[in-house]
Amino acid sequence: MEKKVLMKGNEALAEAAIRSGCRFFFGYPITPQTELAAYMAKQMPKRGGTFLQAESEIAAINMVYGAAGAGARVMTSSSSPGISLKQEGISYIAGADLPCVIINIVRGGPGLGGIQPAQSDYFQATKGGGHGDYHLLVFAPSSVQEMADLIGTAFDKADQYRMPAMIMGDGMLGQMMEPVAFQEERDPSSLPEKPWATTGTMMKRKKNIINSLYLTPEELENLNNDRQKRYQTIMENEVRVEEYQTEDAELIFVAYGTIARITMSAVNMLREEGIKAGLIRPITLWPFPTEAIYARAAAETSKAFMAVEMSQGQMIEDVRLAVNGKKPVYFYGRNGGMVPDQEAIVKQAKQYICK
Amino acid sequence: MIQKIIFAGFGGQGVLFAGKTLAYAGMDAGLQISWLPSYGPEMRGGTANCSVILSDQPIGSPVITTPDILIAMNKPSLEKFENAVVPGGLIILDSFLIDKKVARDDVEAVYIPAKHLAGEAGNENLGNMVMLGAALKHRQMLQIEMVYKSIEEHTPKSRAALAELNKKMIDIGYSR
Amino acid sequence: METVFDRPHALSDVTLSYCPGCTHGIINRLVAEVIDELGMEGKTVGVAPVGCSVTAYNFFECDMQEAAHGRAPAVATGIKRVHPDHLVFTYQGDGDLAAIGTAETVHAAARAENISIVFVNNAIYGMTGGQMAPTSLVGQVTQTTPYGRKVENQGYPIRMSEMLSTLQGAAYIERVSVDSIPNIKKAKAAIKKSFQCQLDKKGFSMVEVLSTCPTNWGLSPEEALKWLRENMMPQYPLGVYCDRLQEEVEK
Repeated sequence: MEKKVLMKGNEALAEAAIRSGCRFFFGYPITPQTELAAYMAKQMPKRGGTFLQAESEIAAINMVYGAAGAGARVMTSSSSPGISLKQEGISYIAGADLPCVIINIVRGGPGLGGIQPAQSDYFQATKGGGHGDYHLLVFAPSSVQEMADLIGTAFDKADQYRMPAMIMGDGMLGQMMEPVAFQEERDPSSLPEKPWATTGTMMKRKKNIINSLYLTPEELENLNNDRQKRYQTIMENEVRVEEYQTEDAELIFVAYGTIARITMSAVNMLREEGIKAGLIRPITLWPFPTEAIYARAAAETSKAFMAVEMSQGQMIEDVRLAVNGKKPVYFYGRNGGMVPDQEAIVKQAKQYICK
Repeated sequence: MIQKIIFAGFGGQGVLFAGKTLAYAGMDAGLQISWLPSYGPEMRGGTANCSVILSDQPIGSPVITTPDILIAMNKPSLEKFENAVVPGGLIILDSFLIDKKVARDDVEAVYIPAKHLAGEAGNENLGNMVMLGAALKHRQMLQIEMVYKSIEEHTPKSRAALAELNKKMIDIGYSR
Repeated sequence: METVFDRPHALSDVTLSYCPGCTHGIINRLVAEVIDELGMEGKTVGVAPVGCSVTAYNFFECDMQEAAHGRAPAVATGIKRVHPDHLVFTYQGDGDLAAIGTAETVHAAARAENISIVFVNNAIYGMTGGQMAPTSLVGQVTQTTPYGRKVENQGYPIRMSEMLSTLQGAAYIERVSVDSIPNIKKAKAAIKKSFQCQLDKKGFSMVEVLSTCPTNWGLSPEEALKWLRENMMPQYPLGVYCDRLQEEVEK
């Protein structure tokens, strides 16, 4: 780890990506992720990489497809409306089993929505987004440091499982500055080989094909089933979750990203008042920490759960599935770019507890 | 300890930079810090602000709804944030640019002709640093030496003269 | 015994999926011959489109990627940026290149993206069963213009070669046809010129090939060739539309 510097979340993601060996970035401008692309535009040429501003998000994600298929560590970034445009490409990338990293600095929707922070793209990120049976690995950092740490993980896991990974931040995480320390820079040539990539046969091997088209139903089903097996392995091995004060907690919050750090402050406030609150913070949204939540739901100590989100209630569906009826699951959320403070969360929590 | 500070003014007055300077000093002093700018079309409209939090505990929300300190460098900023300041809080305004008094009597108000003082000292665009100096004087957030050291640390060597000038301007606000 | 005619090495030993009498097969072969002649098979990555040549990734021996509909130039851009010394080509039809993928095509050309496009124009959507293409002729009857393409409703066909030639990033653009032996020879020369243009790092190039679709035109293969000559050639004159190969590349 190097000395800490102050950096915006967007810039930290870009710097950490380059340090992870990413040398190809294709993007299209959109608020509030602009600083990420700007940082790449400035740094990539100096560090032997390629930055290209595409004509659209659609073109950008397809350039990612081409570069990923050609064996490169590659990424793109955007914000909600742009991510909607990328969905076609993301589905093809998943269908062709290509690794890449996609950043979504979420803003309020639907439509053009707003430009202030939101978490209303949870369904889109975790339940597919594009067409077909597929998943992304979805990481939800809650600080600038965690953004920097998770992007290397996202690249490595994407390569390991040959699938796209998404970092889901929001306008606040992208724009805010916090101290951050970076990992040592990795040499792109030191990354694991990709023997499946279209690097040219050099007349030494059979040709490689990057493709998601299978016109025989049996063949497509078999391939999809193989992918589902991989997903099963991921669900067993790649869940990341942080628990805070849950050991004896009666009220357990579930929150991720920006709102999780605010909820953590709410837990502290409630504890000061003698209310036993705790927080489960999913760091991976897919795979979702179902077991960790169920374990707390099944325990005697817990009385109720509360999902806190910057949306009208999306992750709560996964929380309910995880709790599986063991305890009541309540909701508190703001949306459209509104970010609730800890006092609002505390107030809402008390209402439910006093019921 | 937690201090929530809003720096607000027109774009070009250096409110974001003043906030960054404080945030860096806080980081170097071993505190938890966050810095959050206003962004989007708001920026184009001419007003800019940033929220800085210094704390000895992990920071939950970087959004400040009730600042402990408001540093206002234009009238719209004073009007926008005056009522949000906590009772007992501090409002510092550039009296050279704002021909208005703080209406509340439950906050401490400091009037300082920052732009004018900065101009006298050699660069009228550094009123932001004079204002920061005044804030450091009126609230015990950080040792002033710590702030100077931090500025030296985080200014590229090629711009050492600028660091000296910034320190000088902070000192004007701090010594007044 | 001397072999006087053989399958090019870069063309795979598989049955092509095109209809009988369709000229796609000829164009596939020309591309493979050129790859062979340039000795580039081991360093070539091709991009197949969506349309009749959707499974073209099975027809060439080089590494291949299958792109989403219209996105081949963007996919090729990604590949080329990773492997700048490789030969990267796309093989696209008129719906792919001139309708859904217009933006990708125009911007690849504008960027002087150093890729080669083989653009097969047969004035119809073949794969989906004969719908109007952006290059369908005025009056042409298709499944979605059963009363003929009408200007007041569907407007005019797009001349892509002419349009792209106005862009500074385009280095070489030629329209050819594969309706006769002399034209097939010219088509091959154009494809070779386009690929060489890329290897010389001159920028974007495209060869538009007028092609037949006997199945969806409702004609015999021979009638289709005649129809191409009589109806398509007046709308889409053959020739070189842009040749900046002799110019110094502006940096």
